[in-house]
Amino acid sequence: MALTREQIASIATLARLELTAEEVPVYQESLSRILDFVGALERADTANVTPMAHPLPGLAQRLRPDEVTEVDRHERYQLNAPLTAAGLYLVPRVIE
Amino acid sequence: MSALHTRTLTQLADGLRRKSFSSVELVGELLARIEKSQPALNAFISVTAPEALEAARAADRALAAGAGGALTGVPIAHKDIFCTEGVRTTCGSRMLDSFVSPYDATVVAKLKRAGAVMLGKTNMDEFAMGSSNETSFYGPVRNPWNLQLVPGGSSGGSAAAVAARLIPGATATDTGGSIRQPAALCGITGMKPTYGRVSRFGMVAFASSLDQGGTLTASTADAALMLREMAGFDPRDSTSVDTPVPDYVSTLEQPIAGLKVGLLAEFFDKGLDPDNERCVREALRVFESLGASVTQVSLPNLPMSVPVYYVVAPAEASSNLARYDGVRFGHRCENPRDLNDMYRRSRGEGFGAEVKRRIMTGTYVLSAGYYDAYYLKAQRVRALINADFVRAFESVDVLIGPTTPTPAFPLGAKTSDPITMYLNDIYTIGANLAGLPAISVPCGFVQGLPVGLQIVGPHFSEARVLSAAHAFQRVTDWHTRVPVGYA
Repeated sequence: MALTREQIASIATLARLELTAEEVPVYQESLSRILDFVGALERADTANVTPMAHPLPGLAQRLRPDEVTEVDRHERYQLNAPLTAAGLYLVPRVIE
Repeated sequence: MSALHTRTLTQLADGLRRKSFSSVELVGELLARIEKSQPALNAFISVTAPEALEAARAADRALAAGAGGALTGVPIAHKDIFCTEGVRTTCGSRMLDSFVSPYDATVVAKLKRAGAVMLGKTNMDEFAMGSSNETSFYGPVRNPWNLQLVPGGSSGGSAAAVAARLIPGATATDTGGSIRQPAALCGITGMKPTYGRVSRFGMVAFASSLDQGGTLTASTADAALMLREMAGFDPRDSTSVDTPVPDYVSTLEQPIAGLKVGLLAEFFDKGLDPDNERCVREALRVFESLGASVTQVSLPNLPMSVPVYYVVAPAEASSNLARYDGVRFGHRCENPRDLNDMYRRSRGEGFGAEVKRRIMTGTYVLSAGYYDAYYLKAQRVRALINADFVRAFESVDVLIGPTTPTPAFPLGAKTSDPITMYLNDIYTIGANLAGLPAISVPCGFVQGLPVGLQIVGPHFSEARVLSAAHAFQRVTDWHTRVPVGYA
């Protein structure tokens, strides 16, 4: 399966990844080969097979009592933020 | 010089308890070894010497007072995928180069509670995506058996550090073989527990239905001791399993006479190096001499495990890594024009080549029009592989085969071709897809390079897997070999 440059650009857009001009042909080649490689799955007979999302069958999602268990540590967490002001995360203007 | 580094983790824990030496003395010796080895091996991303010495002093005080846990004063290292409060946690990526974790991973907290002293954070493939430790933003780790060769990955730093006796034990993670493959290539013991056995809380997520934390140590007895302290239910991990943790140390000596061993037929394929095969077959004879019965078992769908993995793991990675958006933490590009520009450039700059490849592969297989053909199809084949394992364990107790097709390979040998690199994990991925516990132990040498033997058991059979590996190590000495220059 050969992916086009446009397809690579569209995947990069979906993935929110800026690619350089040099990177596009590299991923065009390697992603095409990876898709060929995983294309072998097509030959497996999986009629009536339930897709397996999780390795421990029968494990149900746990529920917990609706109680506050965490303390407010936003100041600590925001030490890792690229840009904050007054306890808020700053991003480029979204609404003009 | 006291040469404490030659002792195993179990021996060190005993020696500390008997006060044969102090934790400060031990930590000092190992910190010096780490520093000396760093230019050649590059096994560490961060070394936390002042904090380690402070923790060692506290451990010595506890030991003097007759207090302390199973690992009090014992030095360990954490793979840099585990969050460590107040200590940089990079996951081998530029994206997290300046990230200082505000909390401890559950594994880190549990080992701390058991008394272990962290000396630093080990190098790894970026976001654990790699089989050679060459995708790290901090440069490759080198194999202590031969500096021209890779240590394996993604837990290459932890494996090289244990092999070079810089540290008696290190944490690691295994999504497709990232504990067992570097253990095999570095000649040490690597234990991946059952999915859900060890908490994933605070362990940077790669592929959430596959990721599992475990241990890299010199011996199986050490793995049992470390795992016993790491394992257990954690309400903060939604897939953590609430079953009691057996005392893996006390069950180590259970005899293996009568153990039914299945030889994994599909692993003895044309890709297996003949010398590796010879070592593994000799190891099987050792099991027979100990009273185990060996029969050949076929898992016909197992050869599909690599293609399944390279759909499922990138798909899960693409959604897990969506959190790196340059807003709350991680790398942010300079002067973004708008929000979208900030996302795209922050991620384009912050992620390395292999991580971007996996994100894009995952994005593609999950995208409209391809989801059924790739992602759902891979999940269906995963169910077939899982069913093969379930069937096999109806007739055998454990499955045995090689861990890797070949011994360690040269740096740069496989970086240009992702598929060749992916095929390194051909024998290890199956256990991840089915969520099974598996261990790699050294079983011989080929031209001076270690070879790994893999033992896989049914869900939650860690005690059985560990005791089988321990029985092998009681009558062999491969796991005691140390690379020249590091003895």
